[in-house]
Amino acid sequence: MYTTEFAKSDPKAPVPISKDDPALIAAFEGRVAADEFIEPKDWMPEAYRRTLVRQISQHAHSEIVGMLPEGNWLTRAPSLRRKAILLAKIQDEGGHGLYLYCAAETLGTSREEMIEALHAGKAKYSTIFNYPTLTWADIGAIGWLVDGAAIMNQVPLQRTSYGPYARAMVRVCKEESFHQRQGYEIMMVMANGTAEQKAMAQDALNRWWWPSLMMFGPPDDNSPNSAQSFRWRIKRDSNDELRQKFVDITVPQAEYLGLTVPDPDLRWNEAKGGYDFGAVDWEEFYAVVRGEGPVAKERMRARREAWDNGAWVREAADAHEAKRRARMAA
Amino acid sequence: MSRDWPLWEVFIRSKGGLSHKHVGSVHAPDAELAVRHARDTYTRRLEGVSIWVVRSADITASDPAQAGEMFEPAESKVYRHPTFYDIPDAVGHM
Repeated sequence: MYTTEFAKSDPKAPVPISKDDPALIAAFEGRVAADEFIEPKDWMPEAYRRTLVRQISQHAHSEIVGMLPEGNWLTRAPSLRRKAILLAKIQDEGGHGLYLYCAAETLGTSREEMIEALHAGKAKYSTIFNYPTLTWADIGAIGWLVDGAAIMNQVPLQRTSYGPYARAMVRVCKEESFHQRQGYEIMMVMANGTAEQKAMAQDALNRWWWPSLMMFGPPDDNSPNSAQSFRWRIKRDSNDELRQKFVDITVPQAEYLGLTVPDPDLRWNEAKGGYDFGAVDWEEFYAVVRGEGPVAKERMRARREAWDNGAWVREAADAHEAKRRARMAA
Repeated sequence: MSRDWPLWEVFIRSKGGLSHKHVGSVHAPDAELAVRHARDTYTRRLEGVSIWVVRSADITASDPAQAGEMFEPAESKVYRHPTFYDIPDAVGHM
């Protein structure tokens, strides 16, 4: 799973003047331009640190919130095989969240601060998780499309300039491929099933197609943070480039399933060697970013409940540790 | 001050005969739970046969800003490498 990086503040707000030493900045920019990795104890500009904390924590939150729409379906998976697979996938998403929280913590933020920001509704996570999962076919569509888009986004991040983030991405990408394949397999079974099952698969594609294209973030000409992130090699491909790549790879996969991509403007463009596709509804995207997604409130409620209901486990672990320490001291 | 559990660095031996290698970190209240969390977080696909955990606070690291001076002594000692010496082909493999 993946989140694009959203600025929480107004992009037109005045930028504070950097107090960083120009000589240190020049040395840093030189290292980044030479494709060196920046490691936690290396000097880095404050803005680089802030951008990474924001991006990595949003990415971590997305992994954790991403467990929720799929968790809804654990008890209703159609077979034991599907249930075991879905459980493994959800565990992976939890693990991905943990790798990423750890990477963000190397920049000087604490786990507690990040979790509190998420639960207080102050942190962003991927817009995709604020759409509901209505049928089992949605679990197939999420694996195929959402994880497919995530992989497309994450592969270049394996070479992002901040070492701990890049290493976390290597682990994530290694594990993510199974997620997409199990989703496509669900779609294959449904597309080749009864007329009703095939209709469910088509309906899931209809609802997840556009939100998946939105996962690559706003169009390049309206992506305020991109230029800086490119220069710092935090970002390596533009939102529109990745979106195009995703469409080009995914449309033939839909054709193989015998399903129709819900875009009347979609057609092959021989000259550019890729598909032309219709305009994304960016108003919808920004509304979901603002927290107006269909199930945004439900997701946060589920997240806070899980945290609160798990409090006794954390307290018991603390008490056990304290007791053992007291015994050792005695 | 953060109420987070302490941070532990995780090292995993991927198979017998190889050394433990750093893979990441976990939060845990004690060493035993750190090992369990490390197992669940870093070995979901048979990545290891053995796990070490060590409190992150107990690690002493060299200063990257001093890396030049720190490692300079080795830079000027090319004669520590076998390729520094010319041995005639006639001598054969050495």
